[in-house]
Amino acid sequence: MSDIALSERTSSNHTVRYALQDIRTVTKRNLIRTRRIPEALFFSSLQPIMFVLLFRYVFGGAIPVQGTTYVNYLMPGIFVQTMCFGAISTSIGLAEDLQTGLLERFRALPMSRSAVLGGRTSADVVRNIFVILLMTLVGVLVGFRPAGTIATYIAACLVMLLFSYALMWGFALIGLSAPNAEVAQLMSFPLLFPLTFASTAFVPVQSMPGWLQVFAKNQPVSVTVDAVRSLMVGGTYHDPSSIWKAIVWSVGIFLVLAPLAIRKYRKV
Amino acid sequence: MSEILAVEARGLTKTFSKGDVKALDGFDLDVPVGQVVGLLGPNGAGKTTAVRILSTILAADGGTARIMGFDVAKQAGDVRKTIGLAGQFATVDEYLTGFENLDMVGHLCHLPSTSIRPRATELLEQFGLADAADRPVSTYSGGMRRRLDLAAALVARPPVLFLDEPTTGLDPQSRLGLWDVIEALVAGGTTVLLTTQYLEEADRLANRVVVINAGKVIANGTPAELKADLGATVLEVTVGDHDQALRSAELLKDLSSKVVHVDGDSVEITVEEGPSVAAEAIRRLDALSIPILGLSLHEPSLDDVFLALTGQKTEVDTEALTESTKRRGRKAKETP
Repeated sequence: MSDIALSERTSSNHTVRYALQDIRTVTKRNLIRTRRIPEALFFSSLQPIMFVLLFRYVFGGAIPVQGTTYVNYLMPGIFVQTMCFGAISTSIGLAEDLQTGLLERFRALPMSRSAVLGGRTSADVVRNIFVILLMTLVGVLVGFRPAGTIATYIAACLVMLLFSYALMWGFALIGLSAPNAEVAQLMSFPLLFPLTFASTAFVPVQSMPGWLQVFAKNQPVSVTVDAVRSLMVGGTYHDPSSIWKAIVWSVGIFLVLAPLAIRKYRKV
Repeated sequence: MSEILAVEARGLTKTFSKGDVKALDGFDLDVPVGQVVGLLGPNGAGKTTAVRILSTILAADGGTARIMGFDVAKQAGDVRKTIGLAGQFATVDEYLTGFENLDMVGHLCHLPSTSIRPRATELLEQFGLADAADRPVSTYSGGMRRRLDLAAALVARPPVLFLDEPTTGLDPQSRLGLWDVIEALVAGGTTVLLTTQYLEEADRLANRVVVINAGKVIANGTPAELKADLGATVLEVTVGDHDQALRSAELLKDLSSKVVHVDGDSVEITVEEGPSVAAEAIRRLDALSIPILGLSLHEPSLDDVFLALTGQKTEVDTEALTESTKRRGRKAKETP
């Protein structure tokens, strides 16, 4: 058709609108994929449930915690751990799109340059919301009794979602750097294990050696767990400063990693 | 205004850091509006690199390229609105249905949302995919994927279309089906740059053929011109040994006005009238009692184009080969 406006100048207003529209399109596409591979969703949900059962019934009895039951102590940790492990799907998803050549097609389209990463991370946030709902249900079934109100519970969920969103940009960087999806997954674990286990997620840090305590108390996963615990459990764990610290960590991580991921995307 | 070219490339160069391979080495190309140009060359000649640069996916190291007047480096956004790209590796989403794939591309091209559904439906019908529209692409055959890939490139009705080896790896029937589709597009006025390894494909679809080897254009003309340069048929005679092959080449030289090529114990000549020349060749060789171990007539292949143009086989760089053999020989002598 000859009536295509080839030299149409798009204002910055248009640019933002198109960017949001493109992010929505790519998000939708990623969510359709998630729905079409129910096995992936099932097994990726099964893993955190296994962790809940493992810590609740196998290790839990041997871990003394103050001021509340172990399951109440545990659930905020499991939530944040699940968010962190969920970020692996960001790296796998991007590595797959790179491998299949779909990103090549995207790069030849007049779509917004930020849509691929924006759409990937947005879809993963939607998935995380689903996972939070599922885990809440499982937690309640094994005796988790959150304190506080619906509002504080939702605030806790927002804190974890913000943290997971920031983390996803780091995993996007991994996904775009990996030669394929399997390697992307392998590259993710060495990062996740120390962050999630050398933390306040499962055990009080007092039982760790001194040098490790310094790391375990102050690293971002612990700070986020503390914030979630402050909002979901309260009492002994009430610590409003951890909420601000968690938000600052998340924003900081995002501000450092997102530009790196975007730069990497432009180059691949 | 009438002087504008759909595709204009000047002195494009691209070196890949891995292995220091010069993929493009001063590549020039003109594609006038409304024409179909076939970019012909063997694997690794630089065809795909050229298409990737022209479609803004890859940045060139040097040279310039314009699509409908838009610079691929400085006006990439405008170029992307002008082109459609269908690749040799059908890049559609496996898990989405045919319709969902086209719907997604329509949105990403910023078509008015009310026009996307009718456009997608129309394309699916046009490409014989209407029945499979709501099935995930993972259930499609290879030919169906290629057609969907092509349909995806056409959603926004781009005036310039890049087809990177559209039929490589397809069975003959799917290939014919895809050719029909491409011909219909061309009839509708779309400018097409088509890369292919098949002379037959370029012959059928292209107005003009550009032959590329080692990142450079080595020939440029209509298929008829190239064919005339080549002769219509290739006659290959296999005899007892290399010496007999050389003698045969001498005997048969006057049957072809083109290059006569000796390769080991066989002779290849391009001729106009295959069967009668074959009969004459048998008579001449028989008269001198040169044993004929094999004889075949075939349509000129890309290999033959290369033979005629460069005097070299495509796959084997003979010069490099002899060079390395020499070196090995010398080494062997030096070592006591």
